Amino acid sequence: MTETASVALTASVSPLAIEAVGVVKTFPGVLANDHVDFDVRPGEIHALLGENGAGKSTLMNVLAGLYRPDEGGVRVGGEDVAFRSPRDAIAAGIGMVHQHFALVPSQTVTENVLLGLDRPRFRLDLRRSEAEVGRLARDVGLRVDPRARIWQLSVGEQQRVEIIKLLFHGARVLILDEPTAVLAPQETAELFATLRSMVGAGRSVVFISHKLGEVLAIADRITVMRAGRVTAAGIDPKTVTRADLARLMVGRSVLERLKRTAVEPGRVVLSVDDVTADNDRGLPALHGASLQVHAGEIVGVAAVAGNGQSELAQVITGMRTCAGRVTIDGRDVAARPARESIEAGVGHVPEDRAGVGSAPNLSLVDNLIMRAFRHPPLARGPLLDDGAARHKATELQRAFAIAAPTIDAPVRILSGGNLQRLILAREIDSAPKLLVAVQPTRGLDIGAIEGVHQLLLDLRARGTAILLISEELDELLALADRILVMYEGRVSASFDTPTGADIATIGLHMTGGEA
Amino acid sequence: MIVRLEPRGEPPVWLSPLLTVIALIVALAIGAVVLGFVGGDPVRAYLHILDAAFGDIGVLSDTLVKATPLILTGLACALAFRMRLWNIGAEGQFLLGAWGASAVVLFPLVPDGAPAIVVIPAMMVGGALAGALWGVIPGVLRARLGVNEIITTLMLNYVALAWIQFWVFGPWSEGGFQQTATFPKEAWLPRLTDFGKQVPAFGGLTTHLGLVFALIAAAVLAVVVSRTRWGYEMRLIGDNARAARYAGVDIAKYVIVVFAISGALAGLAGMSEVSGVVHRLQDRISPGYGFTAIIIAYLARFGPWRVVFASVLFGALILAGREIQPSGVPAMIQGVILFCLIAAEALVRYRIVIGRRAATSVPT
Amino acid sequence: MIDLTLILAAGVASGTILLFAAIGEVFAERAGVLNLGVEGMMLIGAVAGFSVAATTGDPWVGLVIAMLAGGLLSLVHAVITIHFRADQVISGLALTFLGSGLARVLGDGLSNAGPIHTLPRLTIPVLSQVPVLGPILFREQSVLTYVGFVLVPLAWLWIERTRPGLHLRAVGERPAAADAQGIDVVALRYAYVLFGGLLAGLAGATITLAISPGWFGDQTVAGRGWIAIGLVIFAQWSPIRVAIGAYLFGAIFRFILDVQGVKTILGFENPFQAGRSATFFLEMLPYVFVVVVVIIGSREALRRRVGAPAALGIPYVRGERAA
Repeated sequence: MTETASVALTASVSPLAIEAVGVVKTFPGVLANDHVDFDVRPGEIHALLGENGAGKSTLMNVLAGLYRPDEGGVRVGGEDVAFRSPRDAIAAGIGMVHQHFALVPSQTVTENVLLGLDRPRFRLDLRRSEAEVGRLARDVGLRVDPRARIWQLSVGEQQRVEIIKLLFHGARVLILDEPTAVLAPQETAELFATLRSMVGAGRSVVFISHKLGEVLAIADRITVMRAGRVTAAGIDPKTVTRADLARLMVGRSVLERLKRTAVEPGRVVLSVDDVTADNDRGLPALHGASLQVHAGEIVGVAAVAGNGQSELAQVITGMRTCAGRVTIDGRDVAARPARESIEAGVGHVPEDRAGVGSAPNLSLVDNLIMRAFRHPPLARGPLLDDGAARHKATELQRAFAIAAPTIDAPVRILSGGNLQRLILAREIDSAPKLLVAVQPTRGLDIGAIEGVHQLLLDLRARGTAILLISEELDELLALADRILVMYEGRVSASFDTPTGADIATIGLHMTGGEA
Repeated sequence: MIVRLEPRGEPPVWLSPLLTVIALIVALAIGAVVLGFVGGDPVRAYLHILDAAFGDIGVLSDTLVKATPLILTGLACALAFRMRLWNIGAEGQFLLGAWGASAVVLFPLVPDGAPAIVVIPAMMVGGALAGALWGVIPGVLRARLGVNEIITTLMLNYVALAWIQFWVFGPWSEGGFQQTATFPKEAWLPRLTDFGKQVPAFGGLTTHLGLVFALIAAAVLAVVVSRTRWGYEMRLIGDNARAARYAGVDIAKYVIVVFAISGALAGLAGMSEVSGVVHRLQDRISPGYGFTAIIIAYLARFGPWRVVFASVLFGALILAGREIQPSGVPAMIQGVILFCLIAAEALVRYRIVIGRRAATSVPT
Repeated sequence: MIDLTLILAAGVASGTILLFAAIGEVFAERAGVLNLGVEGMMLIGAVAGFSVAATTGDPWVGLVIAMLAGGLLSLVHAVITIHFRADQVISGLALTFLGSGLARVLGDGLSNAGPIHTLPRLTIPVLSQVPVLGPILFREQSVLTYVGFVLVPLAWLWIERTRPGLHLRAVGERPAAADAQGIDVVALRYAYVLFGGLLAGLAGATITLAISPGWFGDQTVAGRGWIAIGLVIFAQWSPIRVAIGAYLFGAIFRFILDVQGVKTILGFENPFQAGRSATFFLEMLPYVFVVVVVIIGSREALRRRVGAPAALGIPYVRGERAA
């Protein structure tokens, strides 16, 4: 028999690695999975594509034993299984790496690997386990120090630990949830190489993503989900284009149509001069970073997680102390409390919407007046004018289309997209001279993302200086006038878009290479 | 069969007060069971409480006397708890306030024979300052060093008690007993009965001026909390300290100031007790006002006027409960009440769901 | 003249009380649950142990009942904080009220109960001959003291060198990670809170059945439950450091008692003799010390950038966006 024929025969005869059959899963008010069928063959990389909220993570959580389906079921190797917990799934050879790593930061790599195992049963011999972990890591080609504590590792290294954990458990099916969200292009390439070698050994990989380009590059088959249903099952990447996939994901023709006007950049609003700062661990995060942003300009900052970009935003907005100068229109705000940055006209859309950017149990009103409450008309002497506050809240809710039952509702019930609208509404309404936006579209669906992008461009047209820190290179390329790359706490390169930037070069700088 | 809790969306407005009332009823029911257990007659006991506390104008007046220090310490706790500052030291701050007020009279810090119009305010200042000091110490430790305020405020309670005992057994002891000499009349807070000649109905009523202070404090706090910028910033800190920092609020300043005010209020309560009720400083000046205040503050969901209302209720309980044996029962009931309130609060935020499957929660 | 050996030996005995309570709290907090009700649980254990021993004449039965009483009380806290996800601070305070009130109710009239059979004291043959430490640690100590000696290394081994200890630490640091590995976070938290309650009950019984038999209302425990909680912070959640702190405090408590019985110190008249008002300053000592010790612990935590178990005090809900 010819090779192709024998392969085809094997594929049709050997059982599927794992299948979801008619899975239905609901949560309060949401039908997350609507009679979903999904199958994975041994030795393939299968990509699951969809925008945020499409139900991909839910489906994978069902396969990995975290959720129990309301209807339908899972088959492993052709046999029905009913996982009562992640343990059962792990025992059946199914392992999942979540977007938020399930690692204990204060413990070592080895301790984390041991965490879900059955052996050793009682007494721990850490020396021996460390050696075992080291050996496995070498065998699979994933470099990691078994004795390092998780908080000391970079995000990419932590991801390696998660994968090693799965392999240690004997996983035959690896499910990865948005694995490249936190990686630079070079690290992504390394990851793909690792995945290829793993499936070469007969394992299967399921790869959840919303990035069309990557999915087309790496997947053997693609399944697309939208609003809880499968819109395309197991299609061959060679037969579709990005536009096709986008349409399957969103249901309409999607090309982000942004109104971008030519704006002449004005005066220097933000000037960061030779700033040094430590991170939360006490380790140096910024090493003499310098940059400038002009009025009417969007400056994008591209960096792999952990290279100082979060600290940069914090230093500018007064959330972190530093050495060096940070001036807003000439006013120095470095190493001063947040109040000074706010008074100097800095708006801040923080990375952590719920943890930093809002007070979850307080009302929309209370959250919307967070910047305006110190000044008239909301402030009358020491008193707070309740009527004026409610008036402003109503206005902002309408103007920014924040979906909420009333303005007295607690903010924690808002969806991610609406919470981001609230934060943007508040910050934009205060007419800042400089807006610092960190990962502003993370976790939002395409409609919301488009809305945020247009808001930023409108702000730019009105003369606001914008510093945009984002992990999505596509976003930076679409919005920014200039892109700066940060590496190891310094600004290492600058590109003028759209003429002077391409992903490959930017990616190279993000990982420390020189052009 | 699995019983689990699922988060509610936005709870209906009537749910919280309703559950609070139900919690109180349940707690009192449990208390009744316990009373029955130790041989008392619950129905008679509760009726007796109602009668002994509100039966006639005389006992109502006594209830208000008991409520006065509770209002002040309750406000002290409510103010701090709003910001998630666990001031468990209201008892010690109360004691220090009692001492500070007494010091004004006993050192003395005002000239002999000074009129009441001088002595009383001086005692108020002395009491408030001493209480504020006792509150500021854990406040500074928390603001500057991140030291857990629960431990520090609590330990200072014990220190305060020993401090009082030293003075009352030692330098200020009257005739070797554990109490000081009676204060001169200028140091007595005016009582309703003092006006018994002008208004016969006031004869024999022990309610004193301290109640007015307490109500004024409640009014001021109510305005500050709901209508001022300070109140707003405190609300922010209490809900999400990181967001408060992001909004430019100076958290350390608030921690110290709130602890100082909280201590001052409790200290004022101490002053009102020595000046308006016992007219001397003695060893057992507080039957645990500072601890009852914690429950009052929680029951009142930290709202100033609700604190006043709850204080009257608990004043009644303390007054009538003196006669309940064994002495641990009121304390126990207070614990039960607090647990029921906690459970009620949880039920406002979550819904009980009885299902057949193991728990899974919101979508990621 | 003050006999140092006797004082230190008594200090070790007194420290055992704090040791049990604090180790119990270490386990609960390492699992992520703050239990401030230690004082209440100790009071319940003290009164239950004493009254059962008085009625049955058998202190061992009293000991078991004391532990069960503490454990039962801790379960209330566990249900409220783990299942109802209520605030752990308030629940712990409520537990203290409940426990101390209940103890006073149950102990009504107990102060008149006659002397009881206390738990036996032992002298360990060879070890008590060891110079200096021998007479302090191993002579005429209650059995419970020896239990304490053994408990400390066992606790350390459990936490650091066993699989269950690994799970415990994970549950208190990053419960979402433990949950993803199939570890039952809820069950473990219940178990360790219960264990803390058992030990707190044991600590209370240690007072009334071994060290200072008798029931004196709230004064029986005199705030030692709170001191134990402060000790846990000072000890940075390590059993070994807890032991050091506990015995140190035990010595302080004894010192306070014994200084009051002495007429002269270094030739000067002793101002702290029993009956003098200055003794009240002595009474302040342990509590002031706790404040000092907690300050030290906090500063160290700031400096070393480690500290409490990361998930301490935060109810765990699967699926909620964790840090």
